[in-house]
Amino acid sequence: MTTPVSISLTVNGERVEAHVLPRLNLADFLREHLKLTGTHVGCEHGVCGACTVRVGGEIVRSCLMLAVQVNGAAIETIEGLSDSGEIADLQAAFRDRNALQCGFCTPGMLMAAQDLLRENGKPTREEIREHLSGNYCRCTGYHAIIDAVENAALARTEPQA
Amino acid sequence: MKASAFAYARATSLANALELLATHGDKAKVLSGGQSLIPAMNLRLVSPELIVDIGDLGELRGIAVKGETLVIGALTRHADLLKSSHIVKCAPLLAAAVAHVAHPAIRNRGTIGGSLAQADPASELPACMLALGATIVVRGKGGERRIAAEEFFTGIYETKLGPQDLLVAIEVPVASPGSAHFFQEFARRHGDYAIVGLAAQVMRQGDRFADLRLGFFAVGDTPVLAKAAAAMLTGAAITPELLAEASAALASELNPHEDQQATPAMRRHLARVLLARCLATLLNRPDLQTGAGV
Repeated sequence: MTTPVSISLTVNGERVEAHVLPRLNLADFLREHLKLTGTHVGCEHGVCGACTVRVGGEIVRSCLMLAVQVNGAAIETIEGLSDSGEIADLQAAFRDRNALQCGFCTPGMLMAAQDLLRENGKPTREEIREHLSGNYCRCTGYHAIIDAVENAALARTEPQA
Repeated sequence: MKASAFAYARATSLANALELLATHGDKAKVLSGGQSLIPAMNLRLVSPELIVDIGDLGELRGIAVKGETLVIGALTRHADLLKSSHIVKCAPLLAAAVAHVAHPAIRNRGTIGGSLAQADPASELPACMLALGATIVVRGKGGERRIAAEEFFTGIYETKLGPQDLLVAIEVPVASPGSAHFFQEFARRHGDYAIVGLAAQVMRQGDRFADLRLGFFAVGDTPVLAKAAAAMLTGAAITPELLAEASAALASELNPHEDQQATPAMRRHLARVLLARCLATLLNRPDLQTGAGV
């Protein structure tokens, strides 16, 4: 049974059928098989958050899920959120506030930040910090990232002119 | 790193999962939320030959109140516990604790059954089970067994679960009116495993405790119900002197390890700090926190 297992899922709205080995994790499946390399692989044991994706609308660590486990699921990656424009304002806020340097953590940060803003339109800085606490950044020191998320949240809740 | 190769079976029913475990025994590992197992496999700390994925077993998911008992299915995720009104009402200690379990993306996958079966001595939920007097429901070859939480945890990552057993549910007595709880932990960063933590469930009677269950974690091989300290503090008028005596008793009940985060002495100290904070908070006695007990 270490032979490939067939799976069927959607990734960013597109139907995907594949044969995968049980040991293949979702992050590697997205990167190596589907060439969606926006999902980053950092620690490979669930600590750094760089591989955060959405499964069924909820954020998860894609390094801690097997590709065989997402059979029948709907996956959204940073490419999906970026292309749809869902996080265009967050991306702009990150850029404006210099909330990234090397950019390695940024896809995971954006996934986690958007997850927060969908649940809580007006998070406090403490709530932002808490929601991003599972995502490591080794360059910026987090303050700029929290500023950027706060700015994006404020802009979203401002009454439209 | 990547996990080594393994075979994969998606269990189609509880009976099917038990059959697979009966056939493969300790060569198989049960995959629930995977938030402890997959990291361990990626680090090659464990290399099972077969993964039995129980993720599709809907009957193991959910939270229900049956009379005076709160029944939590093993596959209930941390995120579900956090959002459940049953948990807030019937086991508020658990609601307080789950907020400290890892991070949102982990809580969306990790399950209560997985956490208890993993039995990491620094994790929050096993200590809560001790404080709440929970019962762990296990199915195996011989049928169903019900194990008191106090008996369930036997060592670091070790429980009464055998290789052919499946943890199916947790039963928690519904919190009685007038009961109170306290949960606090020391961790370097919110969501990390604790350096030391305390999950307490109490019954107050006036300015005293009629019952006091103190579940400490990250203080030894297993979570510890600090019975000696609790006995001294039950039914008695709590003075700084009594707290000091109970703190001394507590320190000798714990057998903490040294690691990169803390020495045993530091862990004992932090446990005493948590005990003082717990009493001060639950009795609204700020004086106890500055007293000789710490």
